[in-house]
Amino acid sequence: MTDETINIEGAVCAPPLPHGEQIVMGHGAGGRMSHQLIQKAFMSAFDNPALLAGDDAARLESNLHANLAISTDAHVVFPLFFPGGDIGRLAVCGTVNDVAMLGAKPLYLTAGFILEEGLPMETLHRVVASMKSAADEAGVQIVAGDTKVVQKGKADGLYITTAGVGVIRTGVTVGGAQAKVGDVVILSGSIGDHGIAVLGARNELGFQSSLQSDVAPLNHLIDAMLDASDNVHVLRDPTRGGLATTLNEIATQSNVGILLDEETIPVHPEVGAACEMLGFDPLYVANEGKLVTMVAREDAESVLKAMQSTRYGEGAVIIGEVTAIRRGRVLLKTALGSTRIVDMLAGEMLPRIC
Amino acid sequence: MKYVTEYRDAELVKSVIGEIRHTVTRPWTLMEICGGQTHAIVRHGIDQLLPPEIELVHGPGCPVCVTPLELIDKALAIASQPNVIFCSYGDMLRVPGSGRDLFSVKAQGGDVRVVYSPLDAVTLAEKNPDKQVVFFAIGFETTAPANVMSVIQAQRLGLTNYSVLVSHVRVPPAMKAILGSPHNRVQGFLLAGHVNAVMGYHEYPSLLAEFKIPMVVTGFEPLDIVQGILTTAQLLEAGKIEIANAYQRAVTFEGLKPAQDAIEKVFMECDRAWRGIGMIPMSGWCLRPEFDLFNAEKRFNVGDIHTKESSLCIAGQILQGLKKPHDCPAFGKECTTENPLGATMVSSEGACAAYYKYGR
Amino acid sequence: MCLGVPGKIVETYEKGGLHMARVDFGGIFREACLDYVPEAQVGEYCIIHVGFAISLLNESEAMETLDLLRQIGAIEEELGPEPTP
Repeated sequence: MTDETINIEGAVCAPPLPHGEQIVMGHGAGGRMSHQLIQKAFMSAFDNPALLAGDDAARLESNLHANLAISTDAHVVFPLFFPGGDIGRLAVCGTVNDVAMLGAKPLYLTAGFILEEGLPMETLHRVVASMKSAADEAGVQIVAGDTKVVQKGKADGLYITTAGVGVIRTGVTVGGAQAKVGDVVILSGSIGDHGIAVLGARNELGFQSSLQSDVAPLNHLIDAMLDASDNVHVLRDPTRGGLATTLNEIATQSNVGILLDEETIPVHPEVGAACEMLGFDPLYVANEGKLVTMVAREDAESVLKAMQSTRYGEGAVIIGEVTAIRRGRVLLKTALGSTRIVDMLAGEMLPRIC
Repeated sequence: MKYVTEYRDAELVKSVIGEIRHTVTRPWTLMEICGGQTHAIVRHGIDQLLPPEIELVHGPGCPVCVTPLELIDKALAIASQPNVIFCSYGDMLRVPGSGRDLFSVKAQGGDVRVVYSPLDAVTLAEKNPDKQVVFFAIGFETTAPANVMSVIQAQRLGLTNYSVLVSHVRVPPAMKAILGSPHNRVQGFLLAGHVNAVMGYHEYPSLLAEFKIPMVVTGFEPLDIVQGILTTAQLLEAGKIEIANAYQRAVTFEGLKPAQDAIEKVFMECDRAWRGIGMIPMSGWCLRPEFDLFNAEKRFNVGDIHTKESSLCIAGQILQGLKKPHDCPAFGKECTTENPLGATMVSSEGACAAYYKYGR
Repeated sequence: MCLGVPGKIVETYEKGGLHMARVDFGGIFREACLDYVPEAQVGEYCIIHVGFAISLLNESEAMETLDLLRQIGAIEEELGPEPTP
């Protein structure tokens, strides 16, 4: 402040710290901090084209008959059991979906378990039964695994890591860098259900809801979409960081602009109510059973219809389009007709009082 | 949602904006001083839809951002102590102190917890008698009744392990400082509706008499905001110096007497530094000496704090033409016009008054 | 400073000497303190901020305001939109 007199116009705020020296919770939120961590700690070190493409699964070119997709995930959700699902179902669906989003048929999963001393055996059986059920629904097999036990206090009960492999459909190239100007953006259903359901189950903020997580395997839905059109360019599931973060990733990877229509984006009234109460925006809340796709305009209707007649796609709607305006940015046309930028989630999503 | 959806009716909002357009005959500069209203304006893009004659300027309306650096550092010092459960409203966790924030303290093992209500902090104190529970009691007048109730309740329950770190700020002294400044361009004021829900608006006639500009109690939904702007524009065009209430469903002249009584019982006015702005006399509330037992500043030895201000985002001042980009330490390095660093002033997703201007 | 959300009181009770309510925010429920709005009854709406009711919403005022604004809307339609600058 160089002035003697008080000058208060405009925002004068301290920018948040970048947190370069130690890991903080924001690094796990799926937003900009997570991206920066991945870039600095992993991408630059491991450095290979498959990794640097930046999708949720890696496309492995090979001189076998087909190209493979491979993905890995770690699952640390708390509580282990929440309305609509559990850590086991989350683990299987998460990896099945990541592989499927590359246009691949998921085939095999591996599962590593880090078990906390004192975890009731019954809990482990429940989780594993749920994994089997999800795997059967998705049509995949869990073929290899590992188990470690850690001392009490070191694992929130149970952590699971999974890896998955699948075969990419012949002739199909689907990925975050494939969006084309003119493509239509389709969302498979309502946003924010999983994030709010889990937050409610944690009970730290004291609210009760009847919301269920949407956790689901989406590979059959994707099959129906790819059967309906050869021009599905992008598939991604908006998990941590929400729809907003996912679309920003794609806009950057493909170097396109994305224009959304706020009135078309489906939000369950309870999700809306919880977000109002806490000061959240549903665009940033996690989903575990939804996908967003970018499809060539001429095939949009047929893909939409295919989605709407397949399980987990019944609520599919067109929510926007891919443009050449403000490449790398996501814009939203509000219900009032104004336009605003939708940025990526920065760090942790925190309830606000302002 | 009842009382929400009706006030987002796009057709109604547009028609009120049309009426604003018909009303204004010359430029007017209006200020709102509430982070919640700024957020609503940004989120719905209301300023884009207003006629060019209306310029909206955003005052320092977010208690999170104006909390003085020294108090943030005290919070960090207390939260770092073993045996302390440090509770805070969520958005405070991100605010930087001298070199670190509550996230850093948490990462080093500090027990930092987000609470939705101060009563949750009191419950934590009841459930953890062997720990010291400290609540970061920040806010404007809107939040004061809740924060003081936690002290009253802790006293009622006979808790010896609960204390509050108070950093309250008050709107009328801030308005006085803004309107009294030689740089002041504000011609009409949108008053923060929820501050008025608690305090009423009986404190404002003296400001009206001194500064002679219309003031309108305004709510938070798009319809409320444009109604507040319309009412202010009508008063300005008619040359009427008045206080009007455009949030009548929630605000009365007297406000909430029980809340005002509770605040009076627990708090007293004191000087307060506003981060990035300076000291505004008698603009804060502090705990009365009778409540020293619950005063975290007295309970914890956090005397020797050396504050070091981080580079503040001065995008707002740049946009007002009051400072040049090269005055900003982050210009061209961490911060560019494509990716402004502007802090999370009001929303956890990074919308702030400076940022939204870049959003056009 | 003012994230206050309207909620409907569905139940009231005493807890720890405080007058509390179970509030419905549209399918999401939470507890809130009514000590500052003691006259609020079940079925009525309050503005809730950080777990406290800070205003009892006045339905008739709300209706009056909406009616007034709708009248403005009707006049606007007659006048027609101004040419955009």
